[in-house]
Amino acid sequence: MAKVLMKGNEALAEAAIMAGCRHFFGYPITPQTELAAYMAKKMPKIGGVYLQAESEIAAINMVLGASAAGKRAMTSSSSPGISLKSEGISYIAGSDLPAVIVNVQRGGPGLGGIQPSQADYWQATRATGHGDFHLMVYAPSTVQEMTDLVALAFDNADKYRMPVMILSDGMLGQMMEPVELKTANATDCPIEKPWAACGHRNSRPHNVINSLYLTPQALEELVKKRYEKYEVIKKEEQMADEYLTDDADIILVAYGASSRICRTAVNTARKEGIKAGLIRPITLWPYPAKYIEKHIAHAKAFLCVEMSMGQMVDDVRLCVNGRKPVAFYGRTGGIIPAPDEVLNEIRKLTGGVK
Amino acid sequence: MKRLKKIIIICGHYGSGKTNFAVNLAVDLRKQGYPVTLTDMDIVNPYFRSSDHSEMLDSKGIKVIAPVYANTNLDAPAIPAEMYSAFDRSGYSLFDMGGDDAGATVMGQFFRNITGKEYDMLYVINGKRAMIENVHDAAEMLYSIESASRLKATYIVNNTHLKDYTDAKTILESMEYAEKVSEAVNLPILCTTYPVSMIKEQEISATGGIITQHLYPVEVFVKTPWEVN
Repeated sequence: MAKVLMKGNEALAEAAIMAGCRHFFGYPITPQTELAAYMAKKMPKIGGVYLQAESEIAAINMVLGASAAGKRAMTSSSSPGISLKSEGISYIAGSDLPAVIVNVQRGGPGLGGIQPSQADYWQATRATGHGDFHLMVYAPSTVQEMTDLVALAFDNADKYRMPVMILSDGMLGQMMEPVELKTANATDCPIEKPWAACGHRNSRPHNVINSLYLTPQALEELVKKRYEKYEVIKKEEQMADEYLTDDADIILVAYGASSRICRTAVNTARKEGIKAGLIRPITLWPYPAKYIEKHIAHAKAFLCVEMSMGQMVDDVRLCVNGRKPVAFYGRTGGIIPAPDEVLNEIRKLTGGVK
Repeated sequence: MKRLKKIIIICGHYGSGKTNFAVNLAVDLRKQGYPVTLTDMDIVNPYFRSSDHSEMLDSKGIKVIAPVYANTNLDAPAIPAEMYSAFDRSGYSLFDMGGDDAGATVMGQFFRNITGKEYDMLYVINGKRAMIENVHDAAEMLYSIESASRLKATYIVNNTHLKDYTDAKTILESMEYAEKVSEAVNLPILCTTYPVSMIKEQEISATGGIITQHLYPVEVFVKTPWEVN
């Protein structure tokens, strides 16, 4: 297919449709609204369901229901809305159901603001709801990558039977870039789901979708089994992109919109003779630790850049584990760091001289 | 380019390039010595709007009127009383509407302010923009905008580009698309834009194609924060 210009939010929606999602349940919130608006326009034309629920809580529980019936279901929101959805996300995880949840992050806490942010990293990777569980979290940095990761998110949600989040931000959601949509996946659900509660036709026992367990032993056993699955995911699913890291003295670590800023800063630093490089995590959970590990020996320092007060930097420090200094630079409240600000931080780490 | 009426309304699909075109046109009209007012009418989408460029426009002596909470963290669609004055200013008064019919609805409320006045309404299209890249959808989009704004478009502005992938061929090939939209909605084409920082006018003629439309050079003002000047 030829390239067309799409906003990130539209691309997320179209990619979901192409991945066979025909069930979208949402609730409007800036800056993700175009995603829901796109679904509202498109779903009725292709025999799908777009439903604007009465609240975020209702929307996520509709996702749970559709997914329990074996359908590929999706919801999207921005930060405050994700907080509301987190109860349902925990139930989805506790019921071993696949689902794709999009967070187009904005400033917080509370109502915060409508400008882009990355302050929901902890929420996405540590605590989207109560209980012992993980989401897989993907962090696209271009509109093209948004479409690719949505397809992967649906596949992995089905494969591992767990909720998967696309963690984007207002800048990526709102900006336009040329995108090539990959050929459509025509089937509604490419993976067999023998566990789905979609009618037994007297030919098999009932499938029960549930997250309540009557004995602590049964619950512990199930949670432990889930954690075995998480170990497999940690081994198999780490993704990151590396830019000029091979000979780098200073390695920047940034995801999403911040990584775009950092790439510009790295290029300018290189022109000044500073050996800077960039690791861009694509999976935030599982955290791409092996990509950081590779460079600990030769890097002199790491610099984590985020649109937050410093959240992902925790994971970088866990990986580096004291072996090299890890610095942090961030802006928050809806402000995107400028390439020059990041360049200054790089200069500081290299002692101000090349 | 044809001489436009003193009230110029710029409409189109989200992301068709309304803001970038409006800012260019405002700057050019100001260069010609006219007083120019640019009104940011977008109260639907808080990102990438003409009031983002207030400082630059101010410095050129262009008056900018923006929604009360534009460029703040508040998502409140409030219009300032000053917007009413934009219909009676001396010189050129440009209105950068929000996208789609949703953005055009705001203009509908000013129907009485514009009745009896002469205006041009420019429908900005981009043949590489998803959802209006086919002629039928581009025509439907215009009808929904006209209905919501209670105004009729007078010209088409062919603003086809593919960001960094734009080349002379992109511009040349877009003319056929613009012609088809023009026929479908029965409106003349005012101009075809090209990003002057990326393409020279001669490169478009050098493609060997027949240039049927007025070529209008535009600066790319609307950028992401990592695109260094």
